[in-house]
Amino acid sequence: MTEMKTVLVVGGTSDVGRAVARAYAAAGWSVQLAGRDAAGLEREAADIATRTGVAVSVHAIDILDTGAFAAFADGLPVLPDTVVSVVGLLGEQVRAETDAAHATTVMRSNFEGPALLLGLFAERFLARGHGTIVGVSSVAGERGRASNYVYGAAKAGFTAFLSGLRNRVSKRGLHVVTVKPGFIRTRMTAGMKLPARLTADPQAVGTAIFRAAETQRRDVIYVKPVWALVMAIIRALPETIFKRTKL
Amino acid sequence: MNVELSGWGRYPVAATDLVQPGSPDAVPAMVAGRTGAIARGNGRAYGDAAIGEETTVSLRGLDRMRAFDPATGWLTVEAGVTLAEIVEAFLPRGFFPAVVPGTQFVTVGGMIAADVHGKNHHRDGGFGDHVAALELLLPDGTRLACSREQNAELFHATIGGMGLTGYILAATIRMIPVETGWIRQRTLVAETVADTVRLLDAAQDATYSVAWIDGLARGAALGRSLVYLGEHATRAELGGAQVPTRFGPAAKAGPGVPFDLPALTLNRFSVAAFNEAYFRLGAAKAGSERLVGWRPYFFPLDGVADWNRIYGRNGFVQYQFVLPAARSADLLPDLLDRIARRGSASFLAVLKRLGRGGGLLSFPFEGHTLALDMKMEPGLLAFLADCDRLVAAAGGRLYLAKDARQTRATFEAGYPGLDRFRDIRRRYGLEGRLASRLSRRIGL
Ligand SMILES: Cc1cc2nc3c(=O)[nH]c(=O)nc-3n(C[C@H](O)[C@H](O)[C@H](O)COP(=O)(O)OP(=O)(O)OC[C@H]3O[C@@H](n4cnc5c(N)ncnc54)[C@H](O)[C@@H]3O)c2cc1C
Ligand SMILES: NC(=O)c1ccc[n+]([C@@H]2O[C@H](COP(=O)([O-])OP(=O)(O)OC[C@H]3O[C@@H](n4cnc5c(N)ncnc54)[C@H](OP(=O)(O)O)[C@@H]3O)[C@@H](O)[C@H]2O)c1
Repeated sequence: MTEMKTVLVVGGTSDVGRAVARAYAAAGWSVQLAGRDAAGLEREAADIATRTGVAVSVHAIDILDTGAFAAFADGLPVLPDTVVSVVGLLGEQVRAETDAAHATTVMRSNFEGPALLLGLFAERFLARGHGTIVGVSSVAGERGRASNYVYGAAKAGFTAFLSGLRNRVSKRGLHVVTVKPGFIRTRMTAGMKLPARLTADPQAVGTAIFRAAETQRRDVIYVKPVWALVMAIIRALPETIFKRTKL
Repeated sequence: MNVELSGWGRYPVAATDLVQPGSPDAVPAMVAGRTGAIARGNGRAYGDAAIGEETTVSLRGLDRMRAFDPATGWLTVEAGVTLAEIVEAFLPRGFFPAVVPGTQFVTVGGMIAADVHGKNHHRDGGFGDHVAALELLLPDGTRLACSREQNAELFHATIGGMGLTGYILAATIRMIPVETGWIRQRTLVAETVADTVRLLDAAQDATYSVAWIDGLARGAALGRSLVYLGEHATRAELGGAQVPTRFGPAAKAGPGVPFDLPALTLNRFSVAAFNEAYFRLGAAKAGSERLVGWRPYFFPLDGVADWNRIYGRNGFVQYQFVLPAARSADLLPDLLDRIARRGSASFLAVLKRLGRGGGLLSFPFEGHTLALDMKMEPGLLAFLADCDRLVAAAGGRLYLAKDARQTRATFEAGYPGLDRFRDIRRRYGLEGRLASRLSRRIGL
């Protein structure tokens, strides 16, 4: 191994964040775990450190508190080589239809917060000359559907942001990865009936992200390749037909 | 959530409410006010120990590790962490658990609650002997630190206590340093039961020992076996040998058993053929020493996913008893002969030498333990009840982690620590609140 690299995982208390952190730690990276649940972060940090023997530090962040992002980045012991944002909020679609405050929280948690945070790290990475940025978005952002379009719209915004960012910074030493997982078996989807062939385990998402970001240098991944096909079909449906579907 | 649960033997199956907390802090609220509840680990106990009378509390989600001290080998983990995860994380760093059962798909909580024994019980004691401390949640929400110094009474009752003293949330367990992931194995051939017992008794200095008995051999060959002795191989011992890596070859998942084979597959002939082949194969290598990787050595069955399905839809029971050392030689032939005559024994007839027990209800005592699988079919329960009488009369007992059918009388005869255990349950207000199908059946 050459010098020790560092990954920052924002959303470190989620099943996916934990899996991403473990994939990096297994490859010998030191880990910075960030999130809003201090006790939960300590639990994950101890787990990763004990399993792998790598150093793990924890850092407080609320993705809705955008004004505190600069101080958050300043407070990190080192500027990480890679930052992964796993933060997201599914919310409740039906509630968001009439409760503007709830809709706002969903939009800000999935788009505004993660986009501004990754944008801020992009500037610091540019100043340094290198860095990798990974945003976990969603297939829900590819076409608005009745069942989750507030969440989907925010993810669409996030996906577009990452695309534009990549377009701007990839010539300048940075690498931007958009992750659009299909279904994942996590706390977010606990209790839902998910089709087994379309559903990934968090661990698979963790390793897929590490591989896409650090070894294959991919731009956009779906984790389970079958999703590329599924979404191509969904995107290709003419709106006159799509509007009559129940998805 | 209402579900049907069974143990590894798939007998019996019972309906229960299932709750699945995701962290230690989430457990108290989820168990508050419940009666007839019991903890469940990874469901590898064979019978009904991990099925709640009303509620089953899966603690598999408590799967975070907390701390490891390489200087002392003490590892602190939440109780739902599995042995497989521990070996995966620590063997490459030169540490192995002090005691392991025959499968790695068990949780730390389950290993403490059953005080599991490995092939080194005669020398190193049970899993509970290598637990420094545990965090125990009582049903009323009290969280207690238990060790040999603190809440010692509860500590000793919890080791081997089958979940009936509370929910183990976390524990500190001993890891031992090893230089490699390989075992130096010596195989001895025993031609009779007496031979088998003698060879095991003579091998008390060996770190690991176990005998695989041909469960179908009769007459002069009754109880013939292969006795395997093992030591952790050192780096130097590995040096000359042709082995790929220091910590053993990577995981190789064997083919699984995807569906329930028709019940007839496991008739006398298929098992006899298997046993004969196994015996020949082993005997050819007997006397020689060879290096065996940690997986096939400790966890030979883990390579076959879902092997418990080969016994068909009705499931099977594992019959495991221990006999006092002085009584084994005269009782084992009778028991083995009955089993051989019945003809439905498994390829799994394992005899081990046990040392002194740890907890109040721990299974092991100075003696010999025989374990074998028997397909659930008409007549089996009556047959085993007869065997029970012989075992109990000789001062033996049955292993609760394998049990699915013993009577309250058999249990009471075999476990003299029972009165104290009941007394502790009464004093801590656990009666009625913590109860499994097992505890109900045997009157605990
Ligand atoms: C192939 C195979 C080989 C085996 N080999 C051996 C062997 O060599 N030696 C041996 O001793 N055993 C052996 N066993 C038995 C096994 O080790 C024990 O049954 C063990 O208890 C299973 O652990 P588990 O996590 O699956 O627990 P479960 O089966 O889920 O539960 C077992 C008991 O532990 C209690 N329990 C589980 N977790 C907790 C907790 N957190 N707090 C309180 N109580 C808890 C349950 O209430 C129950 O009474 C073997 C089993 C199999 C399937
Ligand atoms: N599960 C799926 O099927 C699926 C499918 C496609 C995409 N995704 C995306 O994958 C990512 C991970 O999802 P998951 O399934 O693991 O869900 P999750 O467990 O709900 O994870 C969401 C994460 O975001 C964090 N978070 C939410 N609001 C926050 C805030 N204001 N400040 C700081 N952190 C906040 C959560 O922190 P707390 O722990 O403190 O709540 C948690 O770590 C999400 O972006 C999700 O949209 C999931």
